[in-house]
Amino acid sequence: MNKKILALSTALLAAVGMNMGAAQADTKVGMITTLSGGGAGLGIDVRDGFMLAIKQSGRDDIEVVIEDDQRKPDVAVSLADKMVQSEKVDVLTGIIWSNLAMAVVPSVTAQGKFYLSPNAGPSPLAGKGCHMNYFNVAWQNDNLHEAAGAYSNDAGYKKTFILAPNYPAGKDALTGFKRFHKGEIAGELFTKLGQTDYAAEIAQIRASGADSVFFFLPGGMGIAFLKQYGGSGVDLPVVGPAFSFDQGILQAVGEAALGVVNTSQWNKDLDNETNAAFVKSFQAEYGRLPSLYASQGFDTANLLISALDKADVSDADAFRAALKAADFNSTRGDFKFGDNHHPIQNIYAREVIKEGDVFTNKTLSVALENHSDAYAADCKM
Amino acid sequence: MSLVLVFEQVLNGLQFGIMLFLMAAGLTLIFGVMGLINLAHGSLYMVGAFAAAAVAGATGSFVLALLAALAAAAMAGAIVELAVIRRLYDRDHLDQVLATFALILIFSEGTRWIFGSFPLFLDIPTYLRGPVTLPGGIQYPLYRIALIVIGLIVAAGLGLMIARTRIGIQIRAGENDREMIAALGVDISKLYTLVFALGAALAGFAGALVGAIQSVQVGMGEPVLILAFVVIVVGGIGSIKGALVGSLLVGLTDTLGGVFLPRILNAFMDVSSAANIGSSIASMAIYILMGAVLIWRPTGLFGARL
Repeated sequence: MNKKILALSTALLAAVGMNMGAAQADTKVGMITTLSGGGAGLGIDVRDGFMLAIKQSGRDDIEVVIEDDQRKPDVAVSLADKMVQSEKVDVLTGIIWSNLAMAVVPSVTAQGKFYLSPNAGPSPLAGKGCHMNYFNVAWQNDNLHEAAGAYSNDAGYKKTFILAPNYPAGKDALTGFKRFHKGEIAGELFTKLGQTDYAAEIAQIRASGADSVFFFLPGGMGIAFLKQYGGSGVDLPVVGPAFSFDQGILQAVGEAALGVVNTSQWNKDLDNETNAAFVKSFQAEYGRLPSLYASQGFDTANLLISALDKADVSDADAFRAALKAADFNSTRGDFKFGDNHHPIQNIYAREVIKEGDVFTNKTLSVALENHSDAYAADCKM
Repeated sequence: MSLVLVFEQVLNGLQFGIMLFLMAAGLTLIFGVMGLINLAHGSLYMVGAFAAAAVAGATGSFVLALLAALAAAAMAGAIVELAVIRRLYDRDHLDQVLATFALILIFSEGTRWIFGSFPLFLDIPTYLRGPVTLPGGIQYPLYRIALIVIGLIVAAGLGLMIARTRIGIQIRAGENDREMIAALGVDISKLYTLVFALGAALAGFAGALVGAIQSVQVGMGEPVLILAFVVIVVGGIGSIKGALVGSLLVGLTDTLGGVFLPRILNAFMDVSSAANIGSSIASMAIYILMGAVLIWRPTGLFGARL
């Protein structure tokens, strides 16, 4: 009897041991991102950039499970549960939207998983709600807007009209802009999220006596605004974050975007070897120019690979230290993490130009150098 | 605040309302004549915009693009009616909502499959570009004036058709008593297909016209669909006149509310919170309007009296 139990438990132990061995050889990454619905372009770019880096590394011990969150927080939460509990992933990544990130990240990091954000950087996760297992490889949400504020000072704008959608990231955007902008605010508007007609707002801009316009209207909202602004006869200079001027949507805006200055942590002409190789190989692989989202996905995967080279995921402390060191070649050139695991990086002003038939961006200047974020001091890790 | 700005905003509200009318007219006809709740109406709007963008990209002609939008949406509408909707007339509204919701998903993913996930380019033609100066020194985009004119022409045409033609008589009769006009020998199923295709064509036409100043992307129809439902509830279900008045009311309320509420609130509080609270109330304004109308006239402004 005793012998039987002993044999059984030995067999069990062996089986468990074998399983653990298998888990050690393979790192499992869960990617939850938006692949259908209105915001799919962003998720597809992040995924393609990420998978390109995995492919180029030639490693076959990284398994990536990709799921579509449909831009819905409830779907993202149930996917995250599935990935943690039944897929048993070691690292999660991929979420585009801040509201989804807020629903998923605190819970998965509390369960001891690592989360690498390729896009969303909501302020709570950078400040009081920061977590040792959460790394943001893109930016804190306010960053690009802060850079737009800094740029408008450099450009000598004295009286700026500002507008953004009425939701948390829109409010962060205007706060971020005002944090750095020294001039007067000619008017401040919150539009409806998903609004497609901006005639009323443009009329107010015309009547306000502003000398420039700052707007944060990501995706389709930005396309609609720029096309209508272009046809309105108001010709004040426009500044905005890169989200309305990325490679994916510029072609849909067309001429109306030409000459607009926008701020980004990355551009395809940034002069470093990694970036040149990235742009070339992305184009060869997918037949289109990469966007900033693609560069963020690419950097996220390379950060992960660099950490895996140094430590195994099962050794959480060593792996965390390896991530924190950020010892990888970023498409942005210099890249390091601050104490709250958010990037310290340059943010550039770029201008929309036309290259042949393709609308794209050209880097103008550095808007903010080695920029961190306003919330780092609140983070007690 | 200058009078010029007020006038310009009224024009904006009118233009927005007229475009809503093109959506709402089809929706209210389909609901009025067939008793069908068609959630997929927004998808037909999207089909029109994508067809226009594709044809404009290939030929460079905006007029051809508009014709393509009309044809593609009408065809999609007719196919959907024959293949799916026909089975739903006798079912209750929940089944109709479920089936037409499925159509939204099929249309959205189908469009993505054909055109990809990135927004398409569709621009206004050069001869309609730029602003014109109206009497009183108002600078207003020419294209938006064209939209108002086109919308009014369509509204007048639709009104004439309903009031004066044989098909209009059949549509009105169908709204009143389906069984009776079938008994009188009108081919009711052909009439249904025709009405559905007409509604779809109007939606597709609106999609193409609006797509030129907005973004042509998957899912563009759903926000407009919600507003169109508000319009037909306000105007009274099944009434074209109600749809026109309802869309102008909703368009003006939405535009003017968004502009003037923050300014009025600004008298009591600082700019930032006035902008914040004002725009929140403004987004509710059309629903408050809808509530008020329903309390006053439970079947809508021009709905059948109970």
